[in-house]
Amino acid sequence: MKIRVDMAKCETHAQCVFAAPEAFALDDDDELVYDPGPDDGLRAKIEQAALMCPVQAIFIEQG
Amino acid sequence: MRRIAIVGAGLAGFSAGRELRRLGFDGDLTVIGAEPHRPYRRPPLSKEHLLADDDLTLRGADEIGATWMLGRAATGLDLERRAVLVGEAAVAFDGLVIATGLRAKTLREGADLPGVHVLRGLDDARGLRRELGAGPRTVVVGGGFIGSETAATLRGLGLEVTLVTGTPVLRSVLGAEAGAIAEARHREHGVTIRTGRVTGVSGTGRVERVHLDDGRTVPADLVVAALGSEPETEWLRGTGLGGEGGVIVGPDGLAAPGIAAAGDVARWPHPLHSGRTLRIEHYANAAEQGAHAARALLGRTSRYAPLPNFWSHLYGRRLQALGFTGADCDSRLVAREPGHRFIAEYRLRGRLVGVAAAGFASALPEYRRRIAAELA
Repeated sequence: MKIRVDMAKCETHAQCVFAAPEAFALDDDDELVYDPGPDDGLRAKIEQAALMCPVQAIFIEQG
Repeated sequence: MRRIAIVGAGLAGFSAGRELRRLGFDGDLTVIGAEPHRPYRRPPLSKEHLLADDDLTLRGADEIGATWMLGRAATGLDLERRAVLVGEAAVAFDGLVIATGLRAKTLREGADLPGVHVLRGLDDARGLRRELGAGPRTVVVGGGFIGSETAATLRGLGLEVTLVTGTPVLRSVLGAEAGAIAEARHREHGVTIRTGRVTGVSGTGRVERVHLDDGRTVPADLVVAALGSEPETEWLRGTGLGGEGGVIVGPDGLAAPGIAAAGDVARWPHPLHSGRTLRIEHYANAAEQGAHAARALLGRTSRYAPLPNFWSHLYGRRLQALGFTGADCDSRLVAREPGHRFIAEYRLRGRLVGVAAAGFASALPEYRRRIAAELA
């Protein structure tokens, strides 16, 4: 699956890191890093991460 | 199970509906919401939403194939007929999710005077925002998260702000050290902090002053009552499901057969909290417990033991917390750096049970693992 994070919106609340640590992490500068093409088996976790993002910055690309 | 009703169209209710569909529930889904709005994000209401009317709608509500009954509060629950009463209408169900959240407490005297506001829903925030252009002298009553955030946001607009609080700012939720940092930042930014209890407000045609219990008054053109909130369970009276402390659910997420509860309104024995019942009034819990309620209704019971996870804003700095951070814990600062960055740790009987941090976001995932391991 393909995901995109709007980094202009991201405020590094880290909710996605808690919900789906396989795909999201914070680097030492407190910046979000993520895997834009996570395994399809993570879909439920990624969808939960997108819902939990307090600024709704995570987009799951269709198709 | 062919018909599921969700009462409460906030994040918890929406999350429940979404999870039901994700798990393959293809029956009728009805979502009943007292507010006229689709599910939206509530945390910005005391922060940036007081500055601008951004769209807070949660994405995806259109995609769960639900019938939305919005702007209509549930008025009762008929357990015999298995129906939610909405005024004259009745919504029959096989499964029910109770997610009605909280309502704001307000002042005992003078709450109806123009210029007195609470801050719970989108329309509350809009109503408050409309008052700000006139540059009102503002009194915020209550030193919890909503009071602290609202005072900071309004002070940021240049308003004259007095914060009246019975206990030191944020101390009950974050302990003495983090609370003292927050209080100092309010003072640096020019918020006047008054310790005391508010007995009421008065004025002719509009609020003019706030009365404190020591007999003094504070002049005010605008009052925000941030006195906490209580579970919205009035509609459940007579059912035995909703007391003053919320809707009690078991470890399986159910309050009764076929009836689950989630979000701010739900109280359950938390396995990480010595099994004592508690409610968690946080955004992340609403999202997670909504999904848990959906699984419970479909017979997929699982242990629900989330680590509390919440944040607050203070003059451009976010303060983030995990675990249990109340004033009953022993708290101490373990890091303090320029730029108002700090980490406070919280312990109970020697065990690390919580952390609060400002500006140390990347330390949080490791703290989360450590605290979860301590409490497991």
